[in-house]
Amino acid sequence: MKILVCIKQVPETTNIKINPLDNTLMREGISAIINPDDKAGIELALRIKDKREDADVTVITMGPSEGIKALREAIAMGADDGILITDEVFSGGDTYATSLAISEFIKTLEYDLIITGRRAIDGETGQTGPEIAENLGIPQITHCTEFEIEGNKLIAKRQFDDRYHIIEAKMPCLISIIGEKINPRYMTVRGIFDSAKSNSSCEKKDKKKDRIRVLNYDYIKEKIEASKLGLKGSPTFVKEMVQGISGKNGDKLTGLTEEEAAEAIFQKIIERGFI
Amino acid sequence: MNKDIYVIIEQLDGIIKRVSLELIGEANRLSKKLGEKVIAVLLGNDIEDKAELLIKYGADEVLVIDDPMLEPYMTSPYTKAVSSIIEKRKPSIVLFPATSIGRDLAPRVAARIGTGLSADVTDFDIDKDDKSLLMMMPAFGGNIMATIVSKVKRPEMATVRAGVMLPLEKDMNRSGKIERFEIEFDDSDRDVLIREVVIEAEEKDDISNAEIIVAGGIGMGAAHHFDELKVLADELNGKLGATRPTVDAGWIDKSRQIGQTGKTVRPELFIGFGISGAIQLVSGMKKSKYVIAVNKDPKALIFDISDFGIVGDANKIIPLLIKKIQSYKASKIHK
Repeated sequence: MKILVCIKQVPETTNIKINPLDNTLMREGISAIINPDDKAGIELALRIKDKREDADVTVITMGPSEGIKALREAIAMGADDGILITDEVFSGGDTYATSLAISEFIKTLEYDLIITGRRAIDGETGQTGPEIAENLGIPQITHCTEFEIEGNKLIAKRQFDDRYHIIEAKMPCLISIIGEKINPRYMTVRGIFDSAKSNSSCEKKDKKKDRIRVLNYDYIKEKIEASKLGLKGSPTFVKEMVQGISGKNGDKLTGLTEEEAAEAIFQKIIERGFI
Repeated sequence: MNKDIYVIIEQLDGIIKRVSLELIGEANRLSKKLGEKVIAVLLGNDIEDKAELLIKYGADEVLVIDDPMLEPYMTSPYTKAVSSIIEKRKPSIVLFPATSIGRDLAPRVAARIGTGLSADVTDFDIDKDDKSLLMMMPAFGGNIMATIVSKVKRPEMATVRAGVMLPLEKDMNRSGKIERFEIEFDDSDRDVLIREVVIEAEEKDDISNAEIIVAGGIGMGAAHHFDELKVLADELNGKLGATRPTVDAGWIDKSRQIGQTGKTVRPELFIGFGISGAIQLVSGMKKSKYVIAVNKDPKALIFDISDFGIVGDANKIIPLLIKKIQSYKASKIHK
């Protein structure tokens, strides 16, 4: 069984500042990580691989060439191979244009199951996964906390606000993972060794040398026009960005006894009519 | 020419969710600026009798799709229903709630229709010059606010965060057209099977709409300190809230969690004890009207967004505060 895991490289912190000179995000010096929900997706794929000899896990990411690092990490965790989709044509795309590009690449692959994270910690939209499912015309189960496979069916626990559904879908299908309660495994020494060898030509007979493939627009240019992709193909765009959250900075009292502190809070509550 | 603002209504077990009324309220405000109507789209089974309520809360018209296929929620039939409405009626704007259903449905519809979608919008405006919809959304945990515009394709679509828009007052004199919209469903629309629906308890005590919230952070030090905090919340007729680290530590149930990965709250009064004020929390409570913070660390970020702050030991202050409130209430009864 063939599992594809879609991952995104994101800044390690959400503490991003805007450059006042050109109104762009200042990403310099901030290291990139695999988005946490996506990493949980890798973990769940590997748990299937732990149980099933026939399971094969391919990790896909789209973005600049640094994405290789994320794929290496996934392979070091235990994934079989990785695909980096990288091209200027794709850059600046919103979720719609991005999903079109990724879908075209996925159409060239064999798969039974596609796993994505619920959302990325940078853009926080959670839209690309369901958009890929729609483009591919396959069922989706989003916001899953766990799942298992029975024959050609996937059974997932889908979290709602105050409830969960146990949902069954025929594969191929796409699921998105809520990663909070899933602890992804660490990279293994063997895995790190393997991933370092991947994408290098020095190994001769080693199958692992082809474990990372780098694909660009040429690979799908017969299928979709460049004008539908990236910034050009995006129906939405960012008009403006500002630093969020304005401070209130009210009075701050220090050096009070506990009794005085309790009284001060009590008075505020009374003054404002909360009792 | 696309026109009118369509609001996709969310109901659970036949009860209209508050977020739907918030969206109608916001759509109503936008519609006045655009000179368009607000059309509520109500989907479910045996649901038509709820349409009137949506009018009372500010919808001009209600489109009802009433079909057994629409209960419980499944992605595929809902996508078909909403996409059919958009294709046939050509709205200028479509709003979905940013709930787990809305977040599942909206991108699927966007991809089918081939239009843009903004996620988790917390504020709207209309561009003065070209009348396009300005959609404000937080990114990077609320650290950056981005304004998204959808210029070429119509409709403009967005999911809207629950708890940030205000519903209109219910107006019993409002009237409007209620119309049924028929969709032919067949078996191929059922691409998943719901084996089981499990409702988890606790949610009856939902903090999302609480007027008063007393919340604890990791500075509370231990799980048992939340017992005292619960007493304080009860004395104030409020609800108990918590930060993500305390939930992760297992001190308190996830349903209490406020913030980016928890609930968004907008109480009249928010009192935070031992809360540092990490961005992930703040993005879920920054619309609180009046914020009081108690923290040992004078540099805690929570003070930056507080109306009143005390630098001190939460666990020592809480019991004293409870006593003051109790004796105040007792004195009022005796008078």
